[in-house]
Amino acid sequence: MSQTTAAPPDAPAPTGIPRAGRLPRWAPYACFAAGAGAAVLLGLLTSLNPATFVIYTVVLGTIALYVASRRVEGSRRAIDRLVTCLVVSAFGIAMVPLISLVIEVLSQGLERLDGEFFSSSLVGVVGEGGGAYHALMGTLIVTGLTTLISVPIGLMTAIYLVEYGTGRLKRSITFMVDVMTGIPSIVAGLFAYALFASFLGPGIRLGIVGAVALSVLMIPVVVRSAEEVLKLVPNELREASYALGVPKWRTIVKVVIPTAIAGLGTGITLAIARVVGETAPLLVTVGITNATNFDPFDGRMATLPVYAYYQLTQPGVPPQFAIDRAWTAALLLIILVMGLNLVARLISRFFAPKTGR
Amino acid sequence: MTTTSAPTEPPVQRPVRRIGDRVFSGGARIAGILILIVLAGVGAFLVVESLPAITASPEDVPGEGGLAAYIAPLIFGTLLSALIALLVATPLAVAIALFITFYAPRRIAQPLGYVVDLLAAIPSIVYGFWGIAWLAPQMVPFYEWLEENLGFIPLFAGPVSTTGRTMLTAGLVLAIMILPIISALAREVFGQTPALHREAALALGATRWEMIRMAVLPYGRSGVIGGAMLGLGRALGETMAIALVLSVSGGITFNLISSGNPSTIAANIALEFPESSGLDVNTLIASGLALFLITLLVNTLARWIVNRRADFSGAN
Repeated sequence: MSQTTAAPPDAPAPTGIPRAGRLPRWAPYACFAAGAGAAVLLGLLTSLNPATFVIYTVVLGTIALYVASRRVEGSRRAIDRLVTCLVVSAFGIAMVPLISLVIEVLSQGLERLDGEFFSSSLVGVVGEGGGAYHALMGTLIVTGLTTLISVPIGLMTAIYLVEYGTGRLKRSITFMVDVMTGIPSIVAGLFAYALFASFLGPGIRLGIVGAVALSVLMIPVVVRSAEEVLKLVPNELREASYALGVPKWRTIVKVVIPTAIAGLGTGITLAIARVVGETAPLLVTVGITNATNFDPFDGRMATLPVYAYYQLTQPGVPPQFAIDRAWTAALLLIILVMGLNLVARLISRFFAPKTGR
Repeated sequence: MTTTSAPTEPPVQRPVRRIGDRVFSGGARIAGILILIVLAGVGAFLVVESLPAITASPEDVPGEGGLAAYIAPLIFGTLLSALIALLVATPLAVAIALFITFYAPRRIAQPLGYVVDLLAAIPSIVYGFWGIAWLAPQMVPFYEWLEENLGFIPLFAGPVSTTGRTMLTAGLVLAIMILPIISALAREVFGQTPALHREAALALGATRWEMIRMAVLPYGRSGVIGGAMLGLGRALGETMAIALVLSVSGGITFNLISSGNPSTIAANIALEFPESSGLDVNTLIASGLALFLITLLVNTLARWIVNRRADFSGAN
C-alpha cells in the first residue's frame, strides 16, 4: 500500500511486476453491503420487493467494486473483478428457474402424491380420485423397450467408431450420429408413426412405435457419450494388452470397457433419463388411454408425460382434480429423472476404475 | 478398407483373424451401418408420407392457402424462438461453465455442475407446466415496463399479453432448457485446457480473467460452438414447452410481447396431430419434414464451423 496508488500500474510495464495497491479482502463484501444499502434507498423511492432488491444489490455492488478496484488496483484487476461478479451472477440467474421450478412442482404436486395415485388407473374416474398406475406402467414398459433397442446398437456403434472405424464409413457414421442428435423429438415420433403406418395402416398407436421413436432419440445419445468415454481410455492400455498377445476383441471387452465402465453406465443412465420424460414422440405414436395396458404390441398405452399433458390441457368438467393429477404426474417425472441422475452419479462413483487392486 | 474381397491368400503376412474378432468387428460395423439406414429411413418415410400433402391442390390443405402458406409462419416462429433462446443462453452458459471450472471453490464445484446438469434432465413438459404457472405471470410486469419504455422498438410494441404467454417467454423457457447443454460441453472443454497453458499465463502475471481469455477461451471455442449447435438443435425441435407456453394466434410478427404469436412447427404438430386424420396428417408430416430439413441444415452448417477450427478435443 505504500507504493503509488494513483499511478496506473500497467502501461507497457516492461520490467518487473507492476506494484499496484490491493483492495483488502473484505472489500467485495463491503461493496455489496453498500450496494444492498443503496438498493433499499432506491427501493424506497420506487417499489421494494425481494426480486428488485436482489437485482439492485448485485448491480450496484458490482459497480461499486469495479470503481473501487479501478481506483486502487488498476484497470486489469478491475476487469478481473468485474468478470468474477458477472460469472457468479450468471450462475445465480441459472439457479432461479431450477429452484422456482422445483418449488412450484412440489407445492402443486405433493397434494395428490398418495397411495391411490400409484395404485389406480383412470377407468371410470370422473372428478376426484384416480391415479396414474397405468401411465407409470406404460412409461416403464416403453422406456424399457427403448433401452433394449438402443443400448446394444449405440454401444456397438461407439466401439466401431473408436476401435475399428476407418475412412469414409467412420466419417459418415460420425456425421450421421451428429445429425441424429439434432433430430427433433417430434420428428422422431413422426418417423416412427410413418414407418408403422406404411405397413399397418394409418392411425396406428402402439407402445412399440413409441419405443422405436424414443430409440431414434436415445441411440445417438448413447453413441456420443460412449464414444467420448472410450476415447478417454489411454492408448497405452490397449497397446500393453496387444503386446501381451491379447486379441483385439478381448482387449475391448476386458480392458477398454472395464476401464470405461463407469462412464458408460453413467452415459446410458443419463440417456434413459433423457428419454423417460419425452412427451412429443409418445403423443403422436402411443396416444393415451384411461385403462391399464401391459402389451406394447396391442393398442394405445398411457405414459406419464402424455398423461400429465392431457390432464392439464383437457381437465374435464371440475378441472381442479385433473390439474392436481397433472402436477403430481409432473412431480413423479421429476423424481424419476432425478433418481436416474442420482443412479448415474452412484455408478460413476461406485464403478470408477480403481487405481490399484 | 481392408481387402477382404480377394478370395486368395493375400501375399502379405497378415495377423491371425480370430472368430471373436470377426464377430465383434462385424457386429460393430453393422450397428454403425444401421444408424445410416435409420437416418435414411427418417428422410424417406417422412417424404413418402408427406407426398400427398405436397401434391394436393392448395384448397385441400388446411388454411386454404396451400402448403407453403401453411408452413411459412410456423417456420418463422420456430426460427424466432430458437434465435431468442440461443442469444440468451450462449453467454449465460459460457459464464456458468467458467464459474464451475475456475471460480467456484474446488470442493463445491462438482456438486454445482451436478445441479446444472439437473436442469438438463428436467423433462420439457415440466418446463411447460412451470412456464405457464410461474414464469409467464412473473414476466407480465416486465413486459409492461418494456412496452412503456422501449415500445418504439417494433419488438416490444405491444399490446402486452395479459397472460404473459408470449414469444419472448417461450424463448426464455427454451433458453433455460438449452442452457445446460451448452454449458456442459463448454465445461468439458474448459476443463481440458492444458494446465501448462493456464499456469504459464498466470506465471506471466495475467489475472484470472486474462488467463481465461488467453488460454481457456481460444482452446474451448469449438466446444462452445459445438454446444451451441446442440442447443440450437434442441431449441428448434422443442415441442411440449412451446405447445404449452406459447399462446398461438396470428401469423408472422416480430412483436415479442403480445398475445398474437406464430406457432412453431413442432408445437403445431403436437397440438394438431392427435386430432387429425386424412390429408391433415400428411400436411403435418410435411411440416415435420421441413423441420427435419432445417435442423439438418443447421447441424451441417455448425458441423462445418466446428471442423474448420482445429481439432477439437485433447483426447485421441
